[in-house]
Amino acid sequence: MSVLAAVDTSVRLGTGESVVLWVLGPIALAGALGMVFSRNAVHSALWLVNTMLAFGVFYVVQDAPFLGAVQIIVYTGAIMILFLFVLMLVGRDSSDSVVETLRGQRVAATVLGVGFAGLVGAGIARATQDLDLVGLDAAQGDQGNIPAIAESLFTDYLLAFEVTSALLITAAVGAMVLAHIEREAGSRRTQKELSRARFLTDRPQTLPGPGVFARANSVAAPALLPDGTLAESSFATGTEPQEVEEMARPTGREQLGSPDAALGTLDPAPLDGDGPR
Amino acid sequence: MTLTWYLVLAAILFTIGAVGVLVRRNAIVVFMCIELMLNSVNLTLVTFARATGTLDGQIMAFFVMVVAAAEVVVGLAIIMSIYRTRRSASIDDANLLKY
Repeated sequence: MSVLAAVDTSVRLGTGESVVLWVLGPIALAGALGMVFSRNAVHSALWLVNTMLAFGVFYVVQDAPFLGAVQIIVYTGAIMILFLFVLMLVGRDSSDSVVETLRGQRVAATVLGVGFAGLVGAGIARATQDLDLVGLDAAQGDQGNIPAIAESLFTDYLLAFEVTSALLITAAVGAMVLAHIEREAGSRRTQKELSRARFLTDRPQTLPGPGVFARANSVAAPALLPDGTLAESSFATGTEPQEVEEMARPTGREQLGSPDAALGTLDPAPLDGDGPR
Repeated sequence: MTLTWYLVLAAILFTIGAVGVLVRRNAIVVFMCIELMLNSVNLTLVTFARATGTLDGQIMAFFVMVVAAAEVVVGLAIIMSIYRTRRSASIDDANLLKY
């Protein structure tokens, strides 16, 4: 009985570590849940960064300072930034669809997840409740964590380490091949060729933007031709073109009078009211 | 507080990652969920290394990190090339192998 009690006390973690676990465990959980449940993919990435930082602290607390540093540098520093880069390249709100393609899939996945967590968590908790806590002091001696890992890595695990280098090179080459756009030399059209091709069409000028000459800059306000009609080529797709309220403009010769009147008189100040409008 | 809590936390996080893989439609988010699963397994490895008093678990976790980095690089390149041809990062749209 006393032996069991002694084992039980030796398994207990220290107070500081318990505090770390109680504080950072919920934070890691919240990060994971936030990653799954946030609609915006960028928010998901930031939640995951949160979880990974908590994991780095867990490693440091658990006598693995090297892994903790690697976790923070490689995971949160490199991998998550790579994720964010790709998110920005792909477009952060691209097709984050809410529709369920398989009916009842979410409910089934949630039930499955809760069941799995219950089974695995309870199983682990039961199987490891009297797990010994030997600690790494004997394994790494007085040389510390990093020299002990290096010694093991470059003796026992040397082959795996070398194979890792091949893996990394293959991954780098693969990423370059996959992300590369094949383009023959000289296949990109120059500005001169583009302009020449545009002048061969019946519309050499650029398309009018919406709202040109109109008194609103809404996309729904189409451009006006010089005679006041709507320019069909400027209709925005997806919206109903709306005629904006327009101040009556003199457009024809009869409204403007003679060209001289349209240009204004040469008199400095027309005293009577029959000057140009 | 015992070491068991680390293992239970890792199991729960693994489950959350698995559910995320099943539920989410954006390929990049699915990838992040896979990263979360790898990370929780790493936590288990480190915890067991401490429990058994050997460094092998930590070295294994280190190799898992290396493999995860390579996997992320290749996977994100694949997602990008899919996006370039299909204009979508949704896993529902990549269904050409189905027919």
